[in-house]
Amino acid sequence: MSAFSAIGEETEHDQNEFTPGLEPQPTWCPGCGDFGVLKALKGAAAELGLSPDEMLLCTGIGCSGKLNSYFESYGFHTIHGRSLPIARAAKLANPGLTVVAAGGDGDGYGIGGNHFMHSARENHDMTYIVFNNEIFGLTKGQTSPTSPMGHKSKTQPHGSAKQPIRPLSLSLTSGASYIARTAAVNPNQAKEIIVEAIEHDGFSHVDFLTQCPTWNKDARQYVPYIDIQDSDDYDFDTNDRREAADMMAETEDALHEGTVLTGRYYVDGDRPSYGQEKRAIGEMPEEPLAERYFDDDYEWERSYDLFLEKHR
Amino acid sequence: MTDDELIWRIAGGSGDGIASTSQNFAKALMRSGLHVFTHRHYPSRIRGGHTYTEIRASADPVESRGDGYNFLLTLGDSFARNPSEGAYYGDEEQKPLYENLDELREGGVIVVDEGLVDTSVVEDFDERVEENNWHVYEFDLRSLAREYGREVMRNTAGVGVTCALAGIDREWIVELMTDAMPEKILEPNLEILDEAYEMAMDVEHTHDVSVPEGEHDEEQVLLSGSDAIAYGALDEGCRFIAGYPMTPWTEVFTIMSQNLPEVGGISEQVEDEIAAAALALGASHAGVKAMSGSSGGGFALMSEPLGLAEMTETPVVLVEAMRAGPSTGLPTKPEQGDLEHVLYTSQGDSNRVVFAPSTVSEAYTQTRTAFSLAYEYQIPAIVIYDQKLGGELVNVPASHFDEEPNPDLGSVLTEAELAEAPHDASGKYNRFQHNVEKGISPRSIPGQKDGHFLATGNEHMPAGHISEDPENRVFQMDRRMSRVENIRADLDAAEGSNQTPHGPEEAEYGILTWGSNQGTVFEAIDRLNDDGYSVKALSVSDMMPYPVDEVEAFIESVDEVLVVEMNASAQFRGLTQKELGRYGEQLSSLLKYNGNPFEPAEIVDGFVTTIVENDTLPGTETKFVPAAGD
Repeated sequence: MSAFSAIGEETEHDQNEFTPGLEPQPTWCPGCGDFGVLKALKGAAAELGLSPDEMLLCTGIGCSGKLNSYFESYGFHTIHGRSLPIARAAKLANPGLTVVAAGGDGDGYGIGGNHFMHSARENHDMTYIVFNNEIFGLTKGQTSPTSPMGHKSKTQPHGSAKQPIRPLSLSLTSGASYIARTAAVNPNQAKEIIVEAIEHDGFSHVDFLTQCPTWNKDARQYVPYIDIQDSDDYDFDTNDRREAADMMAETEDALHEGTVLTGRYYVDGDRPSYGQEKRAIGEMPEEPLAERYFDDDYEWERSYDLFLEKHR
Repeated sequence: MTDDELIWRIAGGSGDGIASTSQNFAKALMRSGLHVFTHRHYPSRIRGGHTYTEIRASADPVESRGDGYNFLLTLGDSFARNPSEGAYYGDEEQKPLYENLDELREGGVIVVDEGLVDTSVVEDFDERVEENNWHVYEFDLRSLAREYGREVMRNTAGVGVTCALAGIDREWIVELMTDAMPEKILEPNLEILDEAYEMAMDVEHTHDVSVPEGEHDEEQVLLSGSDAIAYGALDEGCRFIAGYPMTPWTEVFTIMSQNLPEVGGISEQVEDEIAAAALALGASHAGVKAMSGSSGGGFALMSEPLGLAEMTETPVVLVEAMRAGPSTGLPTKPEQGDLEHVLYTSQGDSNRVVFAPSTVSEAYTQTRTAFSLAYEYQIPAIVIYDQKLGGELVNVPASHFDEEPNPDLGSVLTEAELAEAPHDASGKYNRFQHNVEKGISPRSIPGQKDGHFLATGNEHMPAGHISEDPENRVFQMDRRMSRVENIRADLDAAEGSNQTPHGPEEAEYGILTWGSNQGTVFEAIDRLNDDGYSVKALSVSDMMPYPVDEVEAFIESVDEVLVVEMNASAQFRGLTQKELGRYGEQLSSLLKYNGNPFEPAEIVDGFVTTIVENDTLPGTETKFVPAAGD
């Protein structure tokens, strides 16, 4: 029997279980897209029948980092850009947990860009939601890695001379095995995508378009959006890297011309997750490592018996 | 200290197998019943560049490299040759000879591999030989190695010659080679060993240097400080490590990575040191005993996750293997310059445990203590040591490691306890309660029923919700900070102390030191007392919480104290004055920061010159910094 009874239990859970009591109430600005992520995540967790005790939600710093204050589950509000290394180690330590990491575009594509690239490359079995509002929100409106060229802010008064990050293409190149984009203004699709992302065994990257009505007034509010899977204009195979790459490039170009495309872009269901790879080569135990510390019958090895022979 | 000792220095080029050869040789000497201590000196290069290893062997316990040495085996650097005159590396292939003569003792032996090394390039070589009564033996070890095997086997030839000249029983080497080498290379190596031995027996022996005879009263193992730290972690139930390679921390990382999968643990080599420490936090948060570590520059990157561990009360052990700084400094040379870095790095009031083991055996025990305190008190613990301790091989009684494992996760509640535990109105477990015993508010582990809470680096209420409430802030700060005082009380109440005294109980003078200088200082203390001075030492290992009472009693018991450490800014002396709040007039410093560790004679001379004779130190090897007001 598992030492963690919450993991794998089959009781029904509804969305309200993931909502705290009266306090704390979200402190996001009126009209903020972050509400959409919270709602989609709660809906997805309930639909998947997860319990608050078997989920670990790791966030970074910024408006997005407050997500786990308003979501009932185990949470780790980490430091700017560092949610991924913390989340992926927790998953390795206890593969029974459902691990979700979340951060903003500055957090995920800027300061944490290196971790993003490597977590995707390693294909950890987890979901990464990036709140992409093309601006730094909590520090009051500076240019972010996804802000378009020419974007003016107090720190880029002449307008940004930098090309924005192309998150979907970057994710594919880095090695993520599930890549989608959704938007806060599209709650049904958002929930469905997060359900799929959590169910996917591997690194799932969801670029979540979240409007910032306070600091990014000039930006499109991502409406009207087009769901590429629902539209007859876009026909491509999400299992095919090249077709997915072309579609991503088109989507990323189109966004800056005012057309918002969302949907699933790439799904590789065959590639084993990092944990599976590590188990297959004998670098990770079959049973969740964390459980061993709760197993009174486990016989712990001693260095004296294992290694000292070679030092005699 | 004993006069009857062999200090064997093997010098050659990096990549010539100096380290592995000396390791086997040291083990053979240990098996023959001797106490051994090795000292490694190597450049920040992979192939080529002068490197040496020293092995001190004696019938009595040895705790330092000693002063100089009495047997030099010089092999020449086969990778260093650069035909162009005036090239950057110049005539480096000769360095193993000319760089090593200054410290060779009078009457010492020099074995020259004439296949590569030419004594005529050393200015005044013959005069110096005569002056110092050195005994020079030239053999073409290179040709011998080539004849029976490969050039790299000239190490074996050198060992064979050493056995003949120093009176070492060849069988000890044969036994070890047989254990360690695959059959294919064993045969030529044994032939080379024998040929070299016979060759050296055939020449006339003029020297008076030989290996002593000894006997151990219990079984010994040969371990480095890095081995001991890794084994301490494993025995304390650590099953997760994440790291990024950096000299000299890489040694611990490598040992753990090779052994963890064998015991069902996980090792992760990751993208950078920020990630490494963050992974250790993630694994620990999820209920596994975890560690990470680095050396100075890499540890600098870890200051962010370290602070997060303090604020979220996530247990973790970090090891910091010091090398000379600032920045990338001297990558392969020892220094004790990261003490303040480790004590105070990261924002806010620091709130951590820092141990600085002094010996290989302490590296094992204190790593275990670091883990058990980290998990009981939910606080980061750091083990800080230098390149010298990490790399030196010393014999330790095998029984020292014959200890029971301790996988206890510390202050974690069971699901039954969680069901009864206080929860916040939001539904979260009150993970960070205000008034708890010893400041420890028990943890829950993700996946445990009724245990979910929010861990955050922001100030937070008992269930983890972010809060700027002033009253809660003070409660939480006081509780977190009180853990360090409670740890001090636990350490004081424990059997034995991490601080090691040496010398007579009543003494006029004191030497205070920390970390890997311990053995060298203790040897110096013995010599000083033999010479009629009245000196004792205290070697301190607890850096935070600081052992205020023990150090104060030590300072109070003597007239004057010399603080010996390997850095330029007297960091440990500064810490002592800060923690004790006084004694500025009683503490002066003897410092060394040229990339080489202290030798006992430097401490003896430094003490006599500065403290007793009030004179100034000649040369630049060591430096004296007087007490405040002097």
